Amino acid sequence: MDFIELDGVEKVFDVHRKVGRLRREKYQVRAVDGISFTVPRGEMVGYIGPNGAGKSTTIKMLTGILTPSGGRLRVAGIDPSRERTRLAQRIGVVFGQRTTLWWDLPLRDSYRLMHRMYRIPDATFRQNLDRCVELLDLAELLDVPVRQLSLGQRMRGDIAAALLHDPEVLYLDEPTIGLDVISKAKVRGFLRDLNAERGTTVLLTTHDLTDIEQLCKRVMVIDHGRLMYDGPLAGLHEVGESERTLVVDLERELPPIEIGSARTLKVEGPRQWLAFPASVSAAPLVAALAERYPLVDLSVREPDIEAVIAKMYAERSAGPLA
Amino acid sequence: MADALRAYGLIVAMWVRSTMAYRASFAMTTLGNFAATAFDFVAILLMFSHVDALGGYSLPEIAFLYGTTSTAFGLADLVMGSMDRLGRRVRDGTLDTLLVRPVPVLAQVAADRFALRRLGRVTQGLLVLAYALWTLDVEWTAAKAAMVPLMLLCGGAIFASVFVAGGAFQFFAQDAAEVQSSFTYGGNTLLQYPPSIFAKDLVRGVTFVVPLAFVNWMPSLYVLGREDPLGLPDWFALLPPVVAAGCLGLAGLAWRVGLRSYRSTGS
Repeated sequence: MDFIELDGVEKVFDVHRKVGRLRREKYQVRAVDGISFTVPRGEMVGYIGPNGAGKSTTIKMLTGILTPSGGRLRVAGIDPSRERTRLAQRIGVVFGQRTTLWWDLPLRDSYRLMHRMYRIPDATFRQNLDRCVELLDLAELLDVPVRQLSLGQRMRGDIAAALLHDPEVLYLDEPTIGLDVISKAKVRGFLRDLNAERGTTVLLTTHDLTDIEQLCKRVMVIDHGRLMYDGPLAGLHEVGESERTLVVDLERELPPIEIGSARTLKVEGPRQWLAFPASVSAAPLVAALAERYPLVDLSVREPDIEAVIAKMYAERSAGPLA
Repeated sequence: MADALRAYGLIVAMWVRSTMAYRASFAMTTLGNFAATAFDFVAILLMFSHVDALGGYSLPEIAFLYGTTSTAFGLADLVMGSMDRLGRRVRDGTLDTLLVRPVPVLAQVAADRFALRRLGRVTQGLLVLAYALWTLDVEWTAAKAAMVPLMLLCGGAIFASVFVAGGAFQFFAQDAAEVQSSFTYGGNTLLQYPPSIFAKDLVRGVTFVVPLAFVNWMPSLYVLGREDPLGLPDWFALLPPVVAAGCLGLAGLAWRVGLRSYRSTGS
Protein backbone atom coordinates (compact mmCIF):
# COMPACT_ATOMS: atom_id res chain seq x y z
CA MET A 1 0.00 0.00 0.00
CA ASP A 2 1.12 3.54 -0.65
CA PHE A 3 2.47 5.38 2.32
CA ILE A 4 1.47 8.86 1.21
CA GLU A 5 -1.71 9.32 -0.79
CA LEU A 6 -3.09 12.55 -2.20
CA ASP A 7 -6.23 12.60 -4.25
CA GLY A 8 -7.36 15.90 -5.69
CA VAL A 9 -6.01 17.83 -2.70
CA GLU A 10 -6.76 21.54 -2.70
CA LYS A 11 -5.86 24.47 -0.51
CA VAL A 12 -7.65 27.73 -1.10
CA PHE A 13 -6.74 30.84 0.86
CA ASP A 14 -9.02 33.84 1.25
CA VAL A 15 -6.96 36.93 0.78
CA HIS A 16 -8.17 40.41 1.65
CA ARG A 17 -6.97 43.33 -0.33
CA LYS A 18 -7.49 46.93 0.55
CA VAL A 19 -9.45 48.82 -2.05
CA GLY A 20 -9.65 52.49 -1.39
CA ARG A 21 -9.69 53.75 2.17
CA LEU A 22 -12.14 51.45 3.89
CA ARG A 23 -13.37 48.87 1.44
CA ARG A 24 -11.69 45.55 1.38
CA GLU A 25 -11.98 43.11 -1.41
CA LYS A 26 -11.87 39.39 -0.86
CA TYR A 27 -10.41 37.11 -3.42
CA GLN A 28 -9.22 33.54 -3.42
CA VAL A 29 -5.79 32.11 -4.02
CA ARG A 30 -5.62 28.48 -4.99
CA ALA A 31 -2.24 27.63 -3.47
CA VAL A 32 -2.71 23.94 -4.17
CA ASP A 33 -5.15 23.23 -6.94
CA GLY A 34 -6.11 19.58 -7.14
CA ILE A 35 -2.92 17.60 -6.64
CA SER A 36 -2.90 13.81 -6.76
CA PHE A 37 0.08 11.56 -6.22
CA THR A 38 1.18 8.59 -4.16
CA VAL A 39 4.51 7.73 -2.61
CA PRO A 40 5.29 4.13 -1.65
CA ARG A 41 7.13 3.38 1.55
CA GLY A 42 10.89 3.82 1.29
CA GLU A 43 10.92 6.09 -1.74
CA MET A 44 12.89 9.31 -1.92
CA VAL A 45 11.06 11.97 -3.88
CA GLY A 46 11.99 15.48 -4.89
CA TYR A 47 9.29 18.12 -4.93
CA ILE A 48 10.30 21.18 -6.86
CA GLY A 49 8.85 24.36 -8.23
CA PRO A 50 9.32 28.12 -8.17
CA ASN A 51 8.55 30.29 -5.15
CA GLY A 52 4.87 30.35 -4.33
CA ALA A 53 4.16 27.25 -6.39
CA GLY A 54 2.55 25.47 -3.46
CA LYS A 55 5.42 23.26 -2.25
CA SER A 56 5.41 24.40 1.36
CA THR A 57 1.63 24.42 1.48
CA THR A 58 1.66 20.76 0.40
CA ILE A 59 4.17 19.88 3.12
CA LYS A 60 2.08 21.74 5.67
CA MET A 61 -0.97 19.71 4.71
CA LEU A 62 1.00 16.46 4.81
CA THR A 63 2.18 17.23 8.34
CA GLY A 64 -1.27 18.33 9.53
CA ILE A 65 -0.33 21.97 10.11
CA LEU A 66 -2.83 23.11 7.51
CA THR A 67 -6.26 21.65 6.86
CA PRO A 68 -6.92 20.98 3.16
CA SER A 69 -9.87 22.78 1.57
CA GLY A 70 -10.73 19.76 -0.53
CA GLY A 71 -9.64 16.33 -1.69
CA ARG A 72 -8.40 13.35 0.24
CA LEU A 73 -5.05 13.04 1.95
CA ARG A 74 -3.59 10.16 3.94
CA VAL A 75 -0.17 9.55 5.46
CA ALA A 76 0.35 6.06 6.87
CA GLY A 77 -3.42 5.68 6.68
CA ILE A 78 -3.91 8.71 8.94
CA ASP A 79 -5.73 11.92 8.01
CA PRO A 80 -3.06 14.44 9.08
CA SER A 81 -5.31 17.38 9.85
CA ARG A 82 -7.65 15.32 12.03
CA GLU A 83 -5.05 13.34 13.93
CA ARG A 84 -2.13 15.71 13.89
CA THR A 85 -0.59 14.78 17.22
CA ARG A 86 -0.91 11.04 16.58
CA LEU A 87 0.75 11.42 13.21
CA ALA A 88 3.50 13.56 14.73
CA GLN A 89 4.92 10.47 16.42
CA ARG A 90 5.53 8.89 13.03
CA ILE A 91 6.88 11.76 10.96
CA GLY A 92 9.96 13.94 11.05
CA VAL A 93 9.96 17.47 9.68
CA VAL A 94 12.84 19.79 8.87
CA PHE A 95 12.07 23.36 7.87
CA GLY A 96 15.12 24.84 6.22
CA GLN A 97 14.14 28.39 7.08
CA ARG A 98 13.25 27.93 10.73
CA THR A 99 14.51 25.65 13.41
CA THR A 100 12.45 23.22 15.44
CA LEU A 101 15.12 23.39 18.13
CA TRP A 102 14.91 25.62 21.19
CA TRP A 103 16.82 28.70 20.20
CA ASP A 104 18.38 29.59 23.56
CA LEU A 105 19.23 26.10 24.70
CA PRO A 106 22.17 23.84 23.90
CA LEU A 107 21.45 21.14 21.33
CA ARG A 108 21.75 18.52 24.04
CA ASP A 109 18.84 20.03 26.01
CA SER A 110 16.65 20.15 22.92
CA TYR A 111 17.34 16.48 22.27
CA ARG A 112 16.68 15.57 25.87
CA LEU A 113 13.31 17.30 25.69
CA MET A 114 12.47 15.52 22.41
CA HIS A 115 13.33 12.27 24.11
CA ARG A 116 10.64 12.81 26.74
CA MET A 117 8.15 14.60 24.54
CA TYR A 118 8.07 11.83 21.94
CA ARG A 119 8.29 9.15 24.64
CA ILE A 120 11.25 7.53 22.90
CA PRO A 121 12.53 4.40 24.63
CA ASP A 122 15.91 5.10 26.26
CA ALA A 123 17.85 2.56 24.23
CA THR A 124 16.39 3.77 20.93
CA PHE A 125 17.06 7.36 21.84
CA ARG A 126 20.68 6.73 22.75
CA GLN A 127 21.27 4.65 19.65
CA ASN A 128 19.71 7.21 17.30
CA LEU A 129 21.45 10.13 18.94
CA ASP A 130 24.85 8.42 18.80
CA ARG A 131 24.32 7.61 15.16
CA CYS A 132 23.31 11.16 14.25
CA VAL A 133 26.10 12.69 16.31
CA GLU A 134 28.62 10.54 14.50
CA LEU A 135 27.31 10.86 10.96
CA LEU A 136 26.38 14.52 11.17
CA ASP A 137 29.48 15.58 13.10
CA LEU A 138 27.62 16.99 16.05
CA ALA A 139 29.87 15.91 18.90
CA GLU A 140 31.43 19.31 19.43
CA LEU A 141 28.18 21.18 19.00
CA LEU A 142 26.07 19.44 21.64
CA ASP A 143 26.73 22.00 24.34
CA VAL A 144 26.44 25.08 22.17
CA PRO A 145 23.20 27.10 22.32
CA VAL A 146 21.37 26.79 19.03
CA ARG A 147 21.49 30.54 18.35
CA GLN A 148 25.29 30.36 18.23
CA LEU A 149 25.39 27.64 15.58
CA SER A 150 26.11 28.43 11.97
CA LEU A 151 23.37 27.75 9.46
CA GLY A 152 24.94 24.48 8.35
CA GLN A 153 25.51 23.30 11.91
CA ARG A 154 21.99 24.21 12.87
CA MET A 155 20.60 22.35 9.88
CA ARG A 156 22.49 19.22 10.88
CA GLY A 157 21.18 19.65 14.41
CA ASP A 158 17.66 19.99 13.07
CA ILE A 159 17.93 16.88 10.93
CA ALA A 160 19.11 14.89 13.93
CA ALA A 161 16.20 16.24 15.99
CA ALA A 162 13.74 15.12 13.34
CA LEU A 163 15.10 11.55 13.37
CA LEU A 164 15.43 10.73 17.07
CA HIS A 165 11.99 9.12 17.27
CA ASP A 166 12.53 6.85 14.25
CA PRO A 167 10.02 8.53 11.94
CA GLU A 168 8.74 6.51 9.01
CA VAL A 169 8.75 9.53 6.76
CA LEU A 170 10.96 12.59 6.74
CA TYR A 171 9.81 15.85 5.15
CA LEU A 172 12.52 18.30 4.31
CA ASP A 173 11.54 21.80 3.24
CA GLU A 174 14.61 23.36 1.61
CA PRO A 175 17.15 21.44 3.69
CA THR A 176 20.22 22.80 1.91
CA ILE A 177 19.17 26.43 1.58
CA GLY A 178 22.04 28.74 2.45
CA LEU A 179 24.50 25.94 3.18
CA ASP A 180 28.08 25.89 1.93
CA VAL A 181 29.28 23.17 -0.41
CA ILE A 182 30.75 20.97 2.32
CA SER A 183 27.66 21.14 4.51
CA LYS A 184 25.47 20.37 1.53
CA ALA A 185 27.53 17.30 0.70
CA LYS A 186 27.37 16.12 4.29
CA VAL A 187 23.61 16.52 4.49
CA ARG A 188 23.06 14.79 1.16
CA GLY A 189 25.28 11.86 2.07
CA PHE A 190 23.47 11.43 5.35
CA LEU A 191 20.03 11.48 3.72
CA ARG A 192 21.09 8.97 1.08
CA ASP A 193 22.32 6.55 3.74
CA LEU A 194 19.24 7.05 5.85
CA ASN A 195 17.00 6.16 2.97
CA ALA A 196 19.12 3.19 1.90
CA GLU A 197 19.75 1.69 5.33
CA ARG A 198 16.59 2.47 7.24
CA GLY A 199 14.12 2.62 4.39
CA THR A 200 12.86 5.99 5.62
CA THR A 201 10.52 7.58 3.11
CA VAL A 202 11.83 11.03 2.20
CA LEU A 203 10.01 13.91 0.55
CA LEU A 204 12.14 16.92 -0.09
CA THR A 205 11.44 20.33 -1.55
CA THR A 206 14.35 22.29 -2.83
CA HIS A 207 15.57 25.06 -5.06
CA ASP A 208 18.86 23.31 -5.52
CA LEU A 209 18.48 20.82 -8.31
CA THR A 210 21.74 19.19 -7.40
CA ASP A 211 19.94 17.89 -4.32
CA ILE A 212 17.47 16.16 -6.58
CA GLU A 213 20.07 14.91 -9.02
CA GLN A 214 22.07 13.34 -6.24
CA LEU A 215 19.25 11.99 -4.11
CA CYS A 216 16.02 11.37 -5.91
CA LYS A 217 15.11 8.98 -8.69
CA ARG A 218 11.68 10.48 -8.85
CA VAL A 219 10.85 14.12 -9.11
CA MET A 220 7.59 16.03 -9.02
CA VAL A 221 7.33 19.51 -10.44
CA ILE A 222 4.61 21.82 -9.21
CA ASP A 223 3.60 25.24 -10.44
CA HIS A 224 0.57 27.38 -9.68
CA GLY A 225 -0.60 24.66 -7.33
CA ARG A 226 -0.70 21.99 -10.02
CA LEU A 227 1.44 18.97 -10.62
CA MET A 228 3.17 19.49 -13.95
CA TYR A 229 5.48 16.54 -14.00
CA ASP A 230 5.84 13.34 -12.01
CA GLY A 231 8.44 10.84 -13.09
CA PRO A 232 12.14 10.08 -13.30
CA LEU A 233 14.54 12.98 -13.35
CA ALA A 234 15.82 12.00 -16.79
CA GLY A 235 12.33 12.29 -18.23
CA LEU A 236 12.22 15.98 -17.39
CA HIS A 237 14.58 16.66 -20.24
CA GLU A 238 12.23 15.15 -22.79
CA VAL A 239 9.23 16.97 -21.45
CA GLY A 240 11.14 20.22 -21.41
CA GLU A 241 12.49 19.60 -24.96
CA SER A 242 15.88 20.47 -23.65
CA GLU A 243 19.04 20.77 -25.68
CA ARG A 244 22.57 19.63 -25.12
CA THR A 245 25.45 21.79 -26.11
CA LEU A 246 28.46 20.77 -28.18
CA VAL A 247 31.50 22.95 -27.66
CA VAL A 248 33.76 22.68 -30.71
CA ASP A 249 37.36 23.95 -30.95
CA LEU A 250 38.41 24.36 -34.58
CA GLU A 251 41.90 24.86 -36.02
CA ARG A 252 41.04 28.36 -37.15
CA GLU A 253 38.24 30.87 -37.20
CA LEU A 254 35.45 29.77 -39.53
CA PRO A 255 31.94 30.96 -40.30
CA PRO A 256 29.20 29.39 -38.11
CA ILE A 257 28.99 25.64 -38.57
CA GLU A 258 25.94 24.35 -40.44
CA ILE A 259 25.26 20.72 -39.79
CA GLY A 260 22.21 18.44 -39.32
CA SER A 261 19.74 19.43 -36.65
CA ALA A 262 22.27 21.50 -34.72
CA ARG A 263 22.17 25.26 -34.57
CA THR A 264 25.00 27.57 -33.71
CA LEU A 265 24.60 29.41 -30.43
CA LYS A 266 27.78 31.42 -30.31
CA VAL A 267 31.08 31.90 -32.12
CA GLU A 268 34.19 33.11 -30.29
CA GLY A 269 37.31 32.94 -32.40
CA PRO A 270 37.97 29.29 -33.30
CA ARG A 271 35.50 28.09 -30.63
CA GLN A 272 31.86 27.49 -31.47
CA TRP A 273 28.83 26.40 -29.40
CA LEU A 274 26.24 24.15 -31.06
CA ALA A 275 22.88 23.20 -29.59
CA PHE A 276 21.12 19.96 -30.46
CA PRO A 277 18.08 18.14 -29.00
CA ALA A 278 18.88 16.12 -25.88
CA SER A 279 16.96 13.18 -27.28
CA VAL A 280 19.34 12.87 -30.30
CA SER A 281 22.59 10.93 -30.05
CA ALA A 282 25.73 13.06 -30.24
CA ALA A 283 27.75 10.40 -32.12
CA PRO A 284 26.53 10.94 -35.72
CA LEU A 285 26.76 14.68 -35.23
CA VAL A 286 30.36 14.42 -34.05
CA ALA A 287 31.21 12.08 -36.93
CA ALA A 288 29.75 14.47 -39.48
CA LEU A 289 31.62 17.37 -37.88
CA ALA A 290 34.93 15.53 -37.93
CA GLU A 291 34.43 14.75 -41.61
CA ARG A 292 33.76 18.31 -42.72
CA TYR A 293 35.63 20.56 -40.26
CA PRO A 294 39.21 20.72 -38.94
CA LEU A 295 38.54 19.70 -35.33
CA VAL A 296 40.99 20.26 -32.48
CA ASP A 297 38.82 19.36 -29.53
CA LEU A 298 35.18 19.04 -28.50
CA SER A 299 33.06 18.46 -25.44
CA VAL A 300 29.38 17.82 -24.75
CA ARG A 301 27.51 19.70 -22.07
CA GLU A 302 24.45 18.18 -20.50
CA PRO A 303 21.41 20.43 -20.32
CA ASP A 304 21.07 22.57 -17.29
CA ILE A 305 18.08 21.20 -15.45
CA GLU A 306 17.12 24.61 -14.14
CA ALA A 307 16.90 25.83 -17.68
CA VAL A 308 14.77 22.79 -18.51
CA ILE A 309 12.31 23.60 -15.78
CA ALA A 310 12.30 27.28 -16.59
CA LYS A 311 11.48 26.38 -20.16
CA MET A 312 8.73 24.07 -19.01
CA TYR A 313 7.16 26.85 -16.97
CA ALA A 314 7.46 29.30 -19.81
CA GLU A 315 5.67 26.94 -22.17
CA ARG A 316 2.86 26.22 -19.77
CA SER A 317 2.18 29.80 -18.92
CA ALA A 318 2.34 30.81 -22.59
CA GLY A 319 -0.30 28.23 -23.39
CA PRO A 320 -3.92 28.46 -22.22
CA LEU A 321 -3.73 28.91 -18.47
CA ALA A 322 -5.24 25.98 -16.71
CA MET B 1 -5.50 17.26 29.30
CA ALA B 2 -3.07 14.91 31.04
CA ASP B 3 -0.93 15.06 27.90
CA ALA B 4 -0.97 18.83 27.97
CA LEU B 5 0.02 19.00 31.63
CA ARG B 6 2.79 16.46 31.12
CA ALA B 7 4.17 18.37 28.14
CA TYR B 8 3.88 21.65 30.03
CA GLY B 9 5.79 20.11 32.93
CA LEU B 10 8.53 18.78 30.66
CA ILE B 11 9.13 22.09 28.95
CA VAL B 12 8.97 24.08 32.18
CA ALA B 13 11.43 21.69 33.84
CA MET B 14 13.84 22.23 30.97
CA TRP B 15 13.66 26.02 31.25
CA VAL B 16 14.02 25.90 35.01
CA ARG B 17 17.08 23.70 34.67
CA SER B 18 18.52 26.05 32.11
CA THR B 19 17.73 29.08 34.32
CA MET B 20 19.38 27.43 37.29
CA ALA B 21 22.59 27.04 35.34
CA TYR B 22 23.04 30.75 36.01
CA ARG B 23 21.96 31.11 39.61
CA ALA B 24 23.34 34.60 40.12
CA SER B 25 21.53 35.87 37.07
CA PHE B 26 18.35 34.19 38.25
CA ALA B 27 18.66 35.78 41.70
CA MET B 28 19.21 39.23 40.17
CA THR B 29 16.30 39.08 37.73
CA THR B 30 13.95 37.70 40.38
CA LEU B 31 14.96 40.48 42.72
CA GLY B 32 14.41 42.96 39.91
CA ASN B 33 10.96 41.52 39.27
CA PHE B 34 10.22 41.78 42.97
CA ALA B 35 11.46 45.35 43.23
CA ALA B 36 9.65 46.56 40.11
CA THR B 37 6.33 45.33 41.47
CA ALA B 38 7.11 46.50 45.00
CA PHE B 39 7.26 50.11 43.77
CA ASP B 40 3.53 49.91 43.08
CA PHE B 41 2.91 49.32 46.72
CA VAL B 42 5.37 51.97 47.80
CA ALA B 43 3.26 54.43 45.80
CA ILE B 44 0.21 53.39 47.79
CA LEU B 45 2.13 53.76 51.06
CA LEU B 46 3.14 57.27 50.03
CA MET B 47 -0.49 58.16 49.37
CA PHE B 48 -1.43 56.96 52.81
CA SER B 49 1.17 59.19 54.40
CA HIS B 50 -1.12 62.06 53.33
CA VAL B 51 -4.60 60.52 53.67
CA ASP B 52 -6.18 58.10 56.09
CA ALA B 53 -8.46 56.40 53.64
CA LEU B 54 -8.81 55.88 49.91
CA GLY B 55 -12.39 55.60 48.67
CA GLY B 56 -13.33 54.82 52.23
CA TYR B 57 -10.80 51.97 52.50
CA SER B 58 -8.06 51.88 55.10
CA LEU B 59 -4.45 50.92 54.36
CA PRO B 60 -4.84 47.30 55.58
CA GLU B 61 -7.94 46.95 53.42
CA ILE B 62 -6.18 48.31 50.36
CA ALA B 63 -3.25 46.01 51.14
CA PHE B 64 -5.70 43.12 51.17
CA LEU B 65 -7.00 44.05 47.71
CA TYR B 66 -3.47 44.61 46.50
CA GLY B 67 -2.10 41.39 47.93
CA THR B 68 -4.88 39.18 46.59
CA THR B 69 -4.85 40.52 43.04
CA SER B 70 -1.05 40.70 42.83
CA THR B 71 -0.63 37.13 44.01
CA ALA B 72 -3.40 35.84 41.75
CA PHE B 73 -2.05 37.76 38.80
CA GLY B 74 1.52 36.74 39.64
CA LEU B 75 0.54 33.08 39.59
CA ALA B 76 -1.24 33.44 36.25
CA ASP B 77 1.71 35.40 34.85
CA LEU B 78 4.11 32.72 36.05
CA VAL B 79 2.14 29.92 34.45
CA MET B 80 0.74 31.61 31.32
CA GLY B 81 2.80 34.78 30.88
CA SER B 82 4.44 33.47 27.70
CA MET B 83 1.16 33.58 25.81
CA ASP B 84 1.89 37.09 24.60
CA ARG B 85 4.66 35.72 22.38
CA LEU B 86 2.16 33.88 20.23
CA GLY B 87 1.61 36.77 17.83
CA ARG B 88 5.29 36.88 17.01
CA ARG B 89 5.32 33.14 16.43
CA VAL B 90 2.39 33.44 14.05
CA ARG B 91 4.07 36.27 12.18
CA ASP B 92 7.47 34.64 11.75
CA GLY B 93 6.02 31.20 11.10
CA THR B 94 7.71 29.42 14.01
CA LEU B 95 4.29 28.33 15.27
CA ASP B 96 4.44 25.65 12.58
CA THR B 97 7.31 23.98 14.37
CA LEU B 98 5.07 23.52 17.42
CA LEU B 99 2.31 22.03 15.32
CA VAL B 100 4.45 19.11 14.14
CA ARG B 101 5.15 17.90 17.68
CA PRO B 102 3.01 15.24 19.34
CA VAL B 103 1.85 17.44 22.23
CA PRO B 104 -0.83 20.15 22.50
CA VAL B 105 0.19 23.52 21.09
CA LEU B 106 -1.29 25.48 24.00
CA ALA B 107 1.00 23.69 26.46
CA GLN B 108 4.00 24.45 24.27
CA VAL B 109 3.18 28.12 23.86
CA ALA B 110 2.38 28.60 27.55
CA ALA B 111 5.56 26.87 28.70
CA ASP B 112 7.82 28.52 26.16
CA ARG B 113 10.67 30.39 27.87
CA PHE B 114 9.12 29.74 31.26
CA ALA B 115 10.44 32.55 33.44
CA LEU B 116 10.93 31.51 37.02
CA ARG B 117 11.91 35.08 37.85
CA ARG B 118 8.20 35.92 37.79
CA LEU B 119 8.15 34.35 41.24
CA GLY B 120 9.34 37.80 42.32
CA ARG B 121 5.88 39.24 41.71
CA VAL B 122 4.18 36.35 43.49
CA THR B 123 6.45 36.78 46.49
CA GLN B 124 5.78 40.49 46.65
CA GLY B 125 2.02 39.92 46.45
CA LEU B 126 2.16 37.32 49.20
CA LEU B 127 4.16 39.64 51.46
CA VAL B 128 1.65 42.45 51.07
CA LEU B 129 -1.17 39.98 51.66
CA ALA B 130 0.54 38.72 54.81
CA TYR B 131 0.85 42.32 56.02
CA ALA B 132 -2.87 42.87 55.32
CA LEU B 133 -3.94 39.73 57.15
CA TRP B 134 -1.76 40.75 60.09
CA THR B 135 -3.17 44.26 60.39
CA LEU B 136 -6.77 43.87 59.18
CA ASP B 137 -9.49 44.56 61.70
CA VAL B 138 -11.83 41.77 60.61
CA GLU B 139 -13.73 39.20 62.60
CA TRP B 140 -12.41 36.08 60.93
CA THR B 141 -14.78 33.20 60.43
CA ALA B 142 -14.01 29.86 58.82
CA ALA B 143 -15.84 30.96 55.66
CA LYS B 144 -13.90 34.22 55.45
CA ALA B 145 -10.59 32.45 56.04
CA ALA B 146 -11.36 29.86 53.37
CA MET B 147 -12.22 32.65 50.97
CA VAL B 148 -8.62 33.91 50.87
CA PRO B 149 -6.91 30.89 49.26
CA LEU B 150 -9.99 30.41 47.09
CA MET B 151 -9.62 33.97 45.81
CA LEU B 152 -6.01 33.39 44.88
CA LEU B 153 -6.84 30.19 43.03
CA CYS B 154 -9.92 31.46 41.21
CA GLY B 155 -8.32 34.85 40.57
CA GLY B 156 -5.30 33.12 39.08
CA ALA B 157 -7.60 31.06 36.87
CA ILE B 158 -9.50 34.15 35.70
CA PHE B 159 -6.28 35.97 34.81
CA ALA B 160 -4.96 32.80 33.13
CA SER B 161 -8.13 32.73 31.00
CA VAL B 162 -7.47 36.30 29.94
CA PHE B 163 -3.93 35.28 28.94
CA VAL B 164 -5.24 32.35 26.89
CA ALA B 165 -8.06 34.35 25.30
CA GLY B 166 -5.56 37.10 24.50
CA GLY B 167 -3.31 34.49 22.93
CA ALA B 168 -6.20 33.19 20.86
CA PHE B 169 -6.92 36.72 19.68
CA GLN B 170 -3.35 36.99 18.43
CA PHE B 171 -4.14 34.34 15.81
CA PHE B 172 -6.28 37.00 14.16
CA ALA B 173 -4.38 40.14 15.09
CA GLN B 174 -0.71 39.43 15.54
CA ASP B 175 -0.01 42.69 17.31
CA ALA B 176 -2.75 42.19 19.87
CA ALA B 177 -0.35 41.46 22.72
CA GLU B 178 -0.83 45.07 23.78
CA VAL B 179 -4.58 44.63 24.06
CA GLN B 180 -4.00 41.56 26.15
CA SER B 181 -1.61 43.45 28.42
CA SER B 182 -4.21 46.12 29.07
CA PHE B 183 -6.51 43.44 30.48
CA THR B 184 -3.87 41.51 32.39
CA TYR B 185 -1.39 44.08 33.71
CA GLY B 186 -3.97 46.86 33.49
CA GLY B 187 -6.60 44.74 35.19
CA ASN B 188 -4.19 43.89 37.96
CA THR B 189 -3.47 47.56 38.61
CA LEU B 190 -7.18 48.36 38.59
CA LEU B 191 -7.97 45.67 41.15
CA GLN B 192 -5.32 46.98 43.54
CA TYR B 193 -7.67 49.85 44.35
CA PRO B 194 -11.16 49.62 45.84
CA PRO B 195 -14.14 49.61 43.46
CA SER B 196 -15.59 52.61 45.32
CA ILE B 197 -13.11 55.00 43.68
CA PHE B 198 -14.02 54.08 40.09
CA ALA B 199 -16.97 55.09 37.94
CA LYS B 200 -19.85 52.68 38.21
CA ASP B 201 -19.79 51.90 34.50
CA LEU B 202 -16.21 50.74 34.76
CA VAL B 203 -17.07 48.56 37.74
CA ARG B 204 -20.02 47.15 35.81
CA GLY B 205 -17.70 46.45 32.88
CA VAL B 206 -15.22 44.44 34.90
CA THR B 207 -18.07 42.60 36.61
CA PHE B 208 -20.19 41.57 33.66
CA VAL B 209 -18.03 41.93 30.55
CA VAL B 210 -14.49 40.96 31.49
CA PRO B 211 -15.26 39.52 34.93
CA LEU B 212 -12.08 40.66 36.65
CA ALA B 213 -14.15 41.92 39.61
CA PHE B 214 -14.44 38.31 40.72
CA VAL B 215 -10.69 38.04 41.16
CA ASN B 216 -10.81 40.04 44.38
CA TRP B 217 -13.42 42.83 44.50
CA MET B 218 -16.51 40.70 44.94
CA PRO B 219 -15.08 38.21 47.44
CA SER B 220 -13.25 41.02 49.28
CA LEU B 221 -16.47 42.91 49.82
CA TYR B 222 -17.64 39.86 51.70
CA VAL B 223 -14.41 39.32 53.64
CA LEU B 224 -14.13 43.00 54.57
CA GLY B 225 -17.87 43.39 55.22
CA ARG B 226 -18.22 46.22 52.70
CA GLU B 227 -21.14 47.55 50.70
CA ASP B 228 -21.17 46.72 47.01
CA PRO B 229 -21.11 50.01 45.09
CA LEU B 230 -23.37 48.42 42.47
CA GLY B 231 -25.74 47.11 45.12
CA LEU B 232 -25.43 43.53 43.91
CA PRO B 233 -26.70 40.71 46.13
CA ASP B 234 -24.40 39.10 48.71
CA TRP B 235 -24.17 35.75 46.98
CA PHE B 236 -22.10 37.37 44.21
CA ALA B 237 -19.18 36.96 46.62
CA LEU B 238 -19.47 33.20 46.26
CA LEU B 239 -19.33 33.22 42.48
CA PRO B 240 -15.54 33.23 41.84
CA PRO B 241 -15.29 29.43 41.34
CA VAL B 242 -18.20 29.50 38.89
CA VAL B 243 -16.84 32.53 37.06
CA ALA B 244 -13.33 31.04 36.93
CA ALA B 245 -14.63 27.77 35.49
CA GLY B 246 -16.70 29.68 32.95
CA CYS B 247 -13.74 31.84 31.95
CA LEU B 248 -11.46 28.84 31.52
CA GLY B 249 -14.10 27.15 29.38
CA LEU B 250 -14.57 30.19 27.16
CA ALA B 251 -10.83 30.78 26.87
CA GLY B 252 -10.33 27.15 25.86
CA LEU B 253 -13.02 27.55 23.24
CA ALA B 254 -11.47 30.77 21.95
CA TRP B 255 -8.11 29.02 21.70
CA ARG B 256 -9.60 26.20 19.64
CA VAL B 257 -11.31 28.63 17.30
CA GLY B 258 -8.07 30.59 16.92
CA LEU B 259 -5.96 27.53 16.24
CA ARG B 260 -8.50 26.15 13.77
CA SER B 261 -8.53 29.44 11.93
CA TYR B 262 -4.73 29.44 11.79
CA ARG B 263 -4.72 25.94 10.38
CA SER B 264 -7.14 26.87 7.65
CA THR B 265 -5.47 30.12 6.67
CA GLY B 266 -1.86 29.58 7.62
CA SER B 267 -1.54 33.08 8.98
